Amino acid sequence: MIAIQDVWRTYPMGPNRVDALGGVTFSVAARDFVAICGPSGSGKSTLMNILGCLDRPTAGRYALEGIEVETLDDDALADLRNRRIGFVFQTFNLLPRMSALRNVELPMIYSGLSREDRRRRALDAMAAVGLTGRTEHRPSELSGGEQQRVAIARALVNRPAIILADEPTGNLDSKAGEEILGIFRDLVAGGTTIVMVTHNPRIAEQARRVIQLEDGRITSDVWKTPSGPVRAPGGPESASGHPGD
Amino acid sequence: MDFRELATQALEMLGANRVRTALTILGVVIGVAAIILLVSLGEGATAYITRELTGLGTNLLIITPGKTQTSGGFHPPIASTVRKLTYDDALALRRRATQLTDVVPVVLGTGKIRHQGVARDTTVIGITPEFQRVRKLYVEIGQFVSDEDVEGRRRVVVLGRTVKRELFGEENPLGRFVTLADARYRVIGIMEQKGVSLGFDIDDLVFIPVKSAQDLFDTDRLFEILASVGAPDDINQAIQQVKDLLVRRHGNREDFTVTSQGAILSAFTTILNILTAALGGIAGISLLVGGIGIMNIMLVSVRERTREIGIRKAVGARRRDILGQFLLESVILSTLGGVLGIAVGVGGARILSLLFVYLPTRVSLWSVVMAFGFSAAVGVFFGVYPARRAALLDPIQALRYE
Repeated sequence: MIAIQDVWRTYPMGPNRVDALGGVTFSVAARDFVAICGPSGSGKSTLMNILGCLDRPTAGRYALEGIEVETLDDDALADLRNRRIGFVFQTFNLLPRMSALRNVELPMIYSGLSREDRRRRALDAMAAVGLTGRTEHRPSELSGGEQQRVAIARALVNRPAIILADEPTGNLDSKAGEEILGIFRDLVAGGTTIVMVTHNPRIAEQARRVIQLEDGRITSDVWKTPSGPVRAPGGPESASGHPGD
Repeated sequence: MDFRELATQALEMLGANRVRTALTILGVVIGVAAIILLVSLGEGATAYITRELTGLGTNLLIITPGKTQTSGGFHPPIASTVRKLTYDDALALRRRATQLTDVVPVVLGTGKIRHQGVARDTTVIGITPEFQRVRKLYVEIGQFVSDEDVEGRRRVVVLGRTVKRELFGEENPLGRFVTLADARYRVIGIMEQKGVSLGFDIDDLVFIPVKSAQDLFDTDRLFEILASVGAPDDINQAIQQVKDLLVRRHGNREDFTVTSQGAILSAFTTILNILTAALGGIAGISLLVGGIGIMNIMLVSVRERTREIGIRKAVGARRRDILGQFLLESVILSTLGGVLGIAVGVGGARILSLLFVYLPTRVSLWSVVMAFGFSAAVGVFFGVYPARRAALLDPIQALRYE
């Protein structure tokens, strides 16, 4: 599903260059639920942007469903985001003037679906996150948890290969956060792949696999199996030789 | 991208900031209305001049003393240094210029006309009977100057309506005597009411036989010779004939000018068309200012909606989707302003010509089409820069924008 190989992302900062990502390698299988965990400044947002095709790596390779992303132009990336990636943000990022239903329809406008198809699929997606009956409300008329569920419906509506969630529970109380994580577990059980970024280890624990990021490198990669945590093969090795270790 | 969806979103966006939208549109409304109004004034003036001049007959020739190189225009009545045109010139034309149907020698002067202690300064025109046909000015009561009056140098006068009213009021002046520069003239007719044409009160005139006028002003010169041509197609031939005849009579010198009414008309319309274009251009500047208003508000809008642009890009909007969205908003602003401006301009032109009779206006289809086209073009032109800025935003930066 996702294959990332020795990805670097370097920003110029005055006369110096800063490596936000310093050679990250991992892969995500279909139907997996991965948490990328790390303190702020660890490079997890940069990694998220690259996974989401909002940014390109300075060096290294990224393949999404076998497509080599770095060969695509901006419009092709937009198309890829539209069809294969669903975003869930910490601040929900809904358009305030549109009803919940129209927010959910938004990605399909750019994929050229007919009005009827958009409506039908948006209603299905809202039903899937338990928001039937809230379709005509504006975001400001919904609770935080409901807003985030609208955002998840929007992420799902084009049947993406992967959902990328950036601190999805960061702006929610623990009860609403738990609901969102419940929806994620249901989605994974239904066959969706989810990569979630969080700085909160307790949220990360909800995932099946936790990748720990620090100073732009992977420091640990742990799978949760019924018999207990197991180190992912290849994961920690990529972090060896890290100057901070 | 679905155009209906695009249009709905654009209208919602503009509706969400009603005051701002209305003020931005107002700038375009003023520009478009100004174009239509000012152009309608120019066109109205052109139509008015054309109507007045062709009302006198398009197959009219005016022969004036002195050679003028330019065609058309006015000739001052003071022409002392140039060689004169005489009554005999007119007679020769009447006899030998076969292309001319009528020839009228004209003497023009001003004088004080008096009747029983009431005096009035007026314009005195010496003419021959054909004048009625040539200038389409007819006597209404009594009779006009006759050939016998001309040849006999009779002191008879036909009064214009204004002069009659001022001197006689409601009285019947026929057969009464008036004094023109110490000479007594008998009133033989009253002209029909004509009103003001090209700023000149045609009713404030008195007509006397041309030879009497030469006596009155003690001159053998003519102010001009009016001549009419049988068919408009023959005008150039007629002009040539007049020139040949008069050049021969004037010792092989072309010391006169033959102007056709058509030439005067085209001189006027040329000037008025330039004036109309200049007025339209000035009004166009205000439309340009309106366009800058659109650009300004669109730039503000792009900034305010940076996050929205980021969200749209994240869910898959391509550059051209964002470009189209913002461009459509600015074009809606400008064309809405265009439509309202047309309504205001057309209505304003109507009201203007109702309120001021001397400001004839005429709204032509081309000025409406042009004003609307310009307003749409302004929307595109001033919308492209903000829309491009929106389209080129980096999605990561845009999403992070607070």
